[in-house]
Amino acid sequence: MSMGTAVLIAAVFAFAVICALYLSMTAGRLDRLHRRIDGSRASLDVQLARRQAVASELAASGLLDPATATVIAAAAHAAREAGDQDTRVASESVVGDGKRWLIESDLSGVLAEVFDDSYEVAEVMALPGGHDIVVSLAGITRRVELTRRFHNDGVRACRQVRAHRLVRWFGLAGRTPWPSTVEMDDTPPTGLIFGPGEGRTLDT
Amino acid sequence: MSLDEGAAAVPKVSGHRALRIGIVCPYAWDVPGGVQAHVRDLAETLMDLGHLVRVITPVQDPSILPDYADDGGRPRSVPYNGSVARLTLGMRATNHVRRWIREGEFDVVHVHEPLAPSLSLLTCWAAEGPIVATWHSSIARSRALSVGYYIAQTAMEKVSARIAVSEYARRTLVDHIGGDAVLIPNGVKVANFAEAAPLVPRNGRRVLFLGRTGEPRKGLSVLLRAWPGLRHNFPDLKLVIVGAADEADVLAQLPAEDAASLEFLGPLSDHDKARALRSADVYVAPNTGGESFGIVLLEAMSAGTPVVASDLPAFRRVLDDGRAGAVFVNEDSSDLTRVLIRVLSSSAEREALAAAGLARAAEFDWSHIAADVVAVYDSVVQPGEIVEVDLRGQLMGRWGRRGSTSGIR
Repeated sequence: MSMGTAVLIAAVFAFAVICALYLSMTAGRLDRLHRRIDGSRASLDVQLARRQAVASELAASGLLDPATATVIAAAAHAAREAGDQDTRVASESVVGDGKRWLIESDLSGVLAEVFDDSYEVAEVMALPGGHDIVVSLAGITRRVELTRRFHNDGVRACRQVRAHRLVRWFGLAGRTPWPSTVEMDDTPPTGLIFGPGEGRTLDT
Repeated sequence: MSLDEGAAAVPKVSGHRALRIGIVCPYAWDVPGGVQAHVRDLAETLMDLGHLVRVITPVQDPSILPDYADDGGRPRSVPYNGSVARLTLGMRATNHVRRWIREGEFDVVHVHEPLAPSLSLLTCWAAEGPIVATWHSSIARSRALSVGYYIAQTAMEKVSARIAVSEYARRTLVDHIGGDAVLIPNGVKVANFAEAAPLVPRNGRRVLFLGRTGEPRKGLSVLLRAWPGLRHNFPDLKLVIVGAADEADVLAQLPAEDAASLEFLGPLSDHDKARALRSADVYVAPNTGGESFGIVLLEAMSAGTPVVASDLPAFRRVLDDGRAGAVFVNEDSSDLTRVLIRVLSSSAEREALAAAGLARAAEFDWSHIAADVVAVYDSVVQPGEIVEVDLRGQLMGRWGRRGSTSGIR
C-alpha cells in the first residue's frame, strides 16, 4: 500500500467520522425539537381546556345578561366537544383538526365581541365575584395566545431543520409526521388587555 | 438551598399553582447594570407573588448575595467582541449550573441575555425542559453570532419562549437570529420612588439631570446650551447633576456667571437617586440616541417628578406619546428652552404632568410586568415535568455522563 493510498484512506475515514458525528448531533437536535413541539402542543390543549372552563363558568355565573350568557355558553360547549374529540385522536396525529381551530376561533370571537370595550368589563367587574372571573378570563386568553405562538415558533424551527438536505437524505426525522402550525384566531378581547405590554402603546 | 422548605405546603397564587423558578443572570451581581437590576426586581416581585425563586449569578464577593441568589462562580476578564468582558465560563461553571439545575427541580428556567457567552448560554446548553429567554439589548452582534452559529442555533432551539424588553431588542433578535419574541417591557418598582423621602422640599426651581457628563449621547450639552437663556427667565434656577461628572468640563461649557447655579451630587445609590428625584421639580432627559427603553424616565415619573425628554422613539413610547411627559425636538436647545419655560412657569402644568406620569409609571409597575412574565411561564410549563440536565446530543455531555452523576453530588 503506497503512502498516497494510506493518506486517502485516513482522509475518507476521518470524513466519515465527522459526517457520523454531525448526523448524530443533528438527529439529537431534531429529537429535542420534536419533543418540544409535543410539549407545547399538549400545553395548548391544557390552556384551551382552561379557557373553555372559565368561559363556561362565566356563562353560568349570573353576572352576564342572559343573551350574552347564552352565546358564550354555546361557544364554550362547542369548544369542549371539539377538544374532547381531538384529544381522543391526538396520539394518532394532529392532522384533521382544522375544524377544531375554527370552533376555538369562534369562542375567541365571541369573547372579543362581548368584552370589546372597557364599559362592559367595568360593569361585570363591579358585581360581586365579577373581578376574579374577569381577571381569570384575561389571564387565560393571554395564555392561549402565548402558548400558540410559542408552539408555532417551535414548529417553524423544527421545519427549518427538517428541510435540510442531509436530514431528508438520511431520514433523520424518522417517521415523525411533518409538523403543522396551529392556525386560529386567539386575539384577546381588547377590553381585557391590561398593562403597557403588547397590543397596547408599546407595540405601535 | 432553601427551596425544599417551601415544597411541603405549596402556596396558591391567585388560583394558579406556585411555580419553582430558576433565573440565570449572566453578569456579575456586584457590578451595577440594567440586566442585574432587572433580574433582582423580577425575582423579588415573583417571590411577592408567592412563587419559589432561585437566582444564579456570577459574583466577585459571594457574601453580598441576597438569600435567594446562588453563587455562580467568579467572573473572569475575557476579551470578547472587541472589549474586555467580565464573564463566567468553563467546565467548572458548567458543572455548577448542572448541579444548580438538578437541585433546584425547577418548573421553568429563565435565562437573561442568552447569547452573552456566560452563565445564560451555559444554562441553555446544560438544561433541558421549559426554558424562557429574555433579550435585553443588541449585545449579540451578527459577527459574533456567525462564528458560533451552530452553537447559538442549537442553544436557541431549546428555548421554548422568547421575551424582548424593547422593540429595539426584539428587532435585533428578528434580524440576527430569526423567529420572533413577545414584548414585555422593563418594570419599575413605583413604591421605591414614590415613597422616598426628598433630600430637600421642592421649590419650583430645581432641574435635575442624570447620567455621566462625559457621555455625549446623554445630551448634557444640549441642556447646557439652553441653560443661560433659562437662567435669564428664572434667575434662581438650579441644575442638579447626578452621576459621575467632570466638573471642569461641564463648567467650561457655561458662561462664568452661571457656574453657581450648578450642583454636582456625584454617583448615587438607587435609594439616594430616588430621594434626589423626589427633590427635583423637573427631570430633563436630553439624550440624543442609543436609548432602547428609558427606565430612568419611569423612575422619575414614579417619584412624581415631571419629565421633559427628547423625542427619541423609545422615550415617546414610555411617555405615551407626550401625554405622560413633555417632549422636545431631539438636540434642539431652543425647543428645549421653550418647553422648559412652559413647564417651569406653571405649577398647574407641573402637577398635571406629574399626575399623568405617575399613572403611566403605575402601568409599568413590576407587579403588572411580572404577571405577564408568569403568563409566559404558564404557557411553557409542562405538568409533571421539571427542567433537567441535558446530556443528549452533545459530545461533552455524552463523555461526561458517567462521571458527572456521581462526581458532582
